[in-house]
Amino acid sequence: MNKLTHSLSAVAAWSLGLIWILPLLYAFWAAFHPAEFATRFSLLAPLTLEHFYTAWEQAPFVRYMINTLAITLLILSCQLVLCTLAGYALARLPFLGRGLVFGLILLQLMVVPEILIVENYQTLASIGAVDTYLGVALPYLASAFGIFLLRQTFKTIPQELEDAARLEGCSTLGVIWKVYVPLAKPTYLAFALVSISYHWNNFLWPLVITNTSASRPLTVGMAIFGAPESGVDWSVICAGTLIAVGPLLILFLVFQRQFVQSFMRAGIK
Amino acid sequence: MSRHSVQAWLLLLPALCLLMAFTYFPTVQTVWRSVFSLGTQPSDFTLENYQFMMEDDVLHQVIVNTALYALFTVPLAIGIALVMALWVNSQMKGRGWLRLAYFTPTVLPMIAVANIWLFFYSPEIGLLNQLLGLFEHRGYNWLGDPDLSLYCLMVITVWKEAGFFMIFYLAALQSLSPELYQAASIEGAGRWTQFRRITFPLLMPTTLFILVNAVLNAFKMVDHLFILTKGGPNNASNLLLYYIYENAFSFFDTAYAASLTLLLLLALVALALLQFGVFERRTHYR
Repeated sequence: MNKLTHSLSAVAAWSLGLIWILPLLYAFWAAFHPAEFATRFSLLAPLTLEHFYTAWEQAPFVRYMINTLAITLLILSCQLVLCTLAGYALARLPFLGRGLVFGLILLQLMVVPEILIVENYQTLASIGAVDTYLGVALPYLASAFGIFLLRQTFKTIPQELEDAARLEGCSTLGVIWKVYVPLAKPTYLAFALVSISYHWNNFLWPLVITNTSASRPLTVGMAIFGAPESGVDWSVICAGTLIAVGPLLILFLVFQRQFVQSFMRAGIK
Repeated sequence: MSRHSVQAWLLLLPALCLLMAFTYFPTVQTVWRSVFSLGTQPSDFTLENYQFMMEDDVLHQVIVNTALYALFTVPLAIGIALVMALWVNSQMKGRGWLRLAYFTPTVLPMIAVANIWLFFYSPEIGLLNQLLGLFEHRGYNWLGDPDLSLYCLMVITVWKEAGFFMIFYLAALQSLSPELYQAASIEGAGRWTQFRRITFPLLMPTTLFILVNAVLNAFKMVDHLFILTKGGPNNASNLLLYYIYENAFSFFDTAYAASLTLLLLLALVALALLQFGVFERRTHYR
């Protein structure tokens, strides 16, 4: 009886796994086979790279990729600095209204920038930041999630280490840089991976704030590329999609273990 | 002010300025704009935007859609995530590969996967209709049918989210102490009893965390609409955030978009309070 349940749940688990991975497998199938095999599945279908050439020529993927990379890194580097400073202040410095400030910051976990696209667009238009990297990045630079994560981590670091560094003559910034940052490395890695995958995939806000391929990230480029009006066929869309998700997918497959553990760590806090 | 507080405020200053500019100020401005402007023009105090809300049939449909969308995707994604986590956490062979398969949709952009799913759903050559064709069924116009399109979108959302939530359950499961289960076995508790009496209650904080995230996602995850349905046919799959986008950036009715934003914010606040109110008392914190 127990054995039967075991094999049944194994079958169910694997079927679900297959369904979950099927769309990606299909994208690979369509992208690497001639168009007439896009909807016909045969083991004898010849392999081809022509869809990748076509896709590559139809959209400025290099430009989009540079944009995505620049935006993602700009957001991540600013987030790391801002969240470290704020996280340290909230974790270790006693001051009047600390609880209130912390609560106000956490509000951003619920009132996410996606919901405020209307007003944020007006703000950025009024300072002339439409269609710039900075415009895409600004609403995300102060991350409540990052501040929270680092505050929790900093709180677990023994106060004695800070006191010792102070005796050696370290300033506050010195203490943060030499004591807190090195000891919080796993948290930084976790936050960085979560942030990168969020902003690499982000769509709605970049769609609103970008107008030209000068600042348009991959996701927005892909939406234009894949729109039915553009008249590109399936195989080419799939090839384009694979080009676009390729870097992140490879990064994920290589660092799979760290990725999963980072997301776990980010969730536990 | 002491030296500590000066330092603290200086360290917090950059983050607080940005939050002020892109979270607090726009929230207040949303309220302001909804009563002091019409279309894109400023006006005297007016409730016209809210009056229009009452009469706007599209909005009423959008609210029903959004409620259905949340009502289906949230429990389904959480339930599947829990089952996935239990499987991946068991002694099953090749569970590393399973975990990879479940988690992969999470790292792909919604826009990219929508492009792929579009092919599954397409009426003539789509994969789903080809499968139905094997059974002599002539298939459906999945995305073009007002009765189906919203559910097609839900399937993608659940598919995309379940693996993400699985990770949080997995982390929680791995932190449970094995002694609890040994004790339960000695007492003669079966697997189902163990799950119901030990695993499930101890996972409650995780469930609450996931629930809050899932509800928020149900309101903000609209990327696939841009590729698959554009809210159609005839607004049958239109969701609140997409409708806000349409009003602000396609119909250029910024004031109405602001009042809709306020509606969305209020809905989120109400739901957050409800979730914490209901679950806080039932949750066992360790």
